[in-house]
Amino acid sequence: MKKILIRHESFLAFAIILFSIIITLINPSFFTLENFFDLLKSFSLTGTFAIGMLFVLISGGIDLSFTAIATVSGYTIAVLLLNMGDRLNIFLIFLIAGVIGVSLGILNGAIIDLFKIPSMITTIATSNIFYGLLTVITKGKWLYGFPTWFGDFAQIRVITVRTAEGWPYGLSIITLIWIVLLLAAWFILKFTVLGRSIYAMGSSPVSAQRAGFNLRRLHLFVYGFMGLMAGFGSVIQALLVQTVAPNSLVGKEMDVIAAVVLGGASLTGGTGTVLGALLGVTLLGILGNGMTLMHVPSLWYKVIIGVVILVSVSFTAYRRKQSIRKRVITE
Amino acid sequence: MTRKFSQIHVLLIVMVVVILTMWILTGSDFLNPGNFQSMAYQMPELGILTLAMMIPMLTAGINLSIIATANLSGIVMALILTSETSLQASGWQSILIVAGAILVGFIIAALIGAINGYFIAYLELPPILASLGMMVMLNGISIVITQGYVISGFPDAMLEIGSADILGIPVPFLLLLICAGIVSLVLNWTPTGTRIYMIGSNPIACFYSGVNNKNVLLRTYMLSGILSGVAAVVMTSRFNSAKADYGESYLLLTVLASVLGGVSASGGFGKVSGVLISLIILQMVSSGLNLMGISNFLTLALWGFILLLVMIIKFLIEKYQQKRH
Repeated sequence: MKKILIRHESFLAFAIILFSIIITLINPSFFTLENFFDLLKSFSLTGTFAIGMLFVLISGGIDLSFTAIATVSGYTIAVLLLNMGDRLNIFLIFLIAGVIGVSLGILNGAIIDLFKIPSMITTIATSNIFYGLLTVITKGKWLYGFPTWFGDFAQIRVITVRTAEGWPYGLSIITLIWIVLLLAAWFILKFTVLGRSIYAMGSSPVSAQRAGFNLRRLHLFVYGFMGLMAGFGSVIQALLVQTVAPNSLVGKEMDVIAAVVLGGASLTGGTGTVLGALLGVTLLGILGNGMTLMHVPSLWYKVIIGVVILVSVSFTAYRRKQSIRKRVITE
Repeated sequence: MTRKFSQIHVLLIVMVVVILTMWILTGSDFLNPGNFQSMAYQMPELGILTLAMMIPMLTAGINLSIIATANLSGIVMALILTSETSLQASGWQSILIVAGAILVGFIIAALIGAINGYFIAYLELPPILASLGMMVMLNGISIVITQGYVISGFPDAMLEIGSADILGIPVPFLLLLICAGIVSLVLNWTPTGTRIYMIGSNPIACFYSGVNNKNVLLRTYMLSGILSGVAAVVMTSRFNSAKADYGESYLLLTVLASVLGGVSASGGFGKVSGVLISLIILQMVSSGLNLMGISNFLTLALWGFILLLVMIIKFLIEKYQQKRH
């Protein structure tokens, strides 16, 4: 099984390299350090959500409410920034957004665990509740005009390079935050008992329970973690666009799920890696960026993305069938 | 033998509670025949789409591309209806052209359903992913065809479908009832229907009892596609226009309505009657709040809340029944 996964990731990497070569041949400005940094920055929002979604998918569930959670936490920090922005700092913002995200996520986890309602149903319901109530309370108003320190923070570069004309560019702090989150997720999944037990629960909840894992605690952790990523994602979104709109995220759940599943996570649970999710996000991200650079009319974007999803999902299914056939023959 | 207390009973109680609450809160406005008629005009869009979602869910699948299918087939209908010849036609000719346009729309919707079914049954893709890919692609095709614009201005015969009534019953509502009748007939009285439930309960057992699972799945998704096509007729004629992204917010609501109506997310269980009651409850909440002048978004929140409530009650009842045995 592990071999198949490794091969899946190398296929993805291969597809990404192939796309990159094609795009570079048509428009050389794709293969520049500047575009590379821009790409990484543009992945950070989907990428952060993808980390949380990966955990949920590995555990055998699904969460369709993370965009609603992110909207609630994003709106809360926006209101706080507008009213008492001078007394806050970026750590407090992340802390507040994280706490809101975790609480709403744990609420999901508790309902799923206590009442044994399928995760998809629970999160569709809670998504409507969170998003509906938020929009009623806020009347759908857009929030902008945050304190200058909040805008300045988004401009910080960890590594700075200059173009030939002297324009500075480089690795954004937002990208760095995302990379730290990725590494943390990778560490949890790979090296901690907690991470391994999420895989165990996703492969077979019954066996995991008999082996002594506390499923309740795992449910609460997984959905809480998804909430945390949703909270952090909302701060990243606010940093990136310096605006918070109640309707900017809801409805984009499927983009994130598609990216993570392209990365090899299965909807039946038990499989998936951080590297795979990263590659899935990269593939879909490069596709968008590449089409812009190749001057593909924007009307065609969705057709192409849809075809890529269908082809890659068919390809994965085909290879899985082949491997099962091979195993049957050799045995 | 005592009948088990099922989700339908819970739903009926919820429905009565909703009617009483709305009646108390809005005074006599809610029980006014005019209000019932306007509810009957609003319900069919979500209703027919919910039926399209329900059938794949019975086989433990899902069809995320129903809205995209409806929009694409609606756009094709609209293209035919807005062509020169159809706008100049009159009388019977016009009616024939409208019928022809609807037929073409149905064929396209059925074809898309068949492609979905092929991906899911023969290439064995997970339904959620196959239909997600289809959704994005179809949406893209619609955008390319319409260039992102709205297509509008149909012959009167088309508009009649969305606005006319027969004996006081709105035509869209009749269409919903006909669809519900056909789906119920297929599910309860045909071999395909029985097999749909069997695949949802246990695909392997179903396969070994001699059922051609692939063929049944193909039909399931075709039926889902055709129902999306019917929804397209109602949507285009009610809006008097077609566009690539109409009704996108309905997608997860159709899952909500199906599950509230007793359709199991893991397949094998669910009845058309339950789904109809669930649709009536959702519509009454929506219309009631609307009468009180409260934001639609509170409706969304209440819908989510009712779904959770019903699922929790069902869980508690099942637990109680298990204890007694």
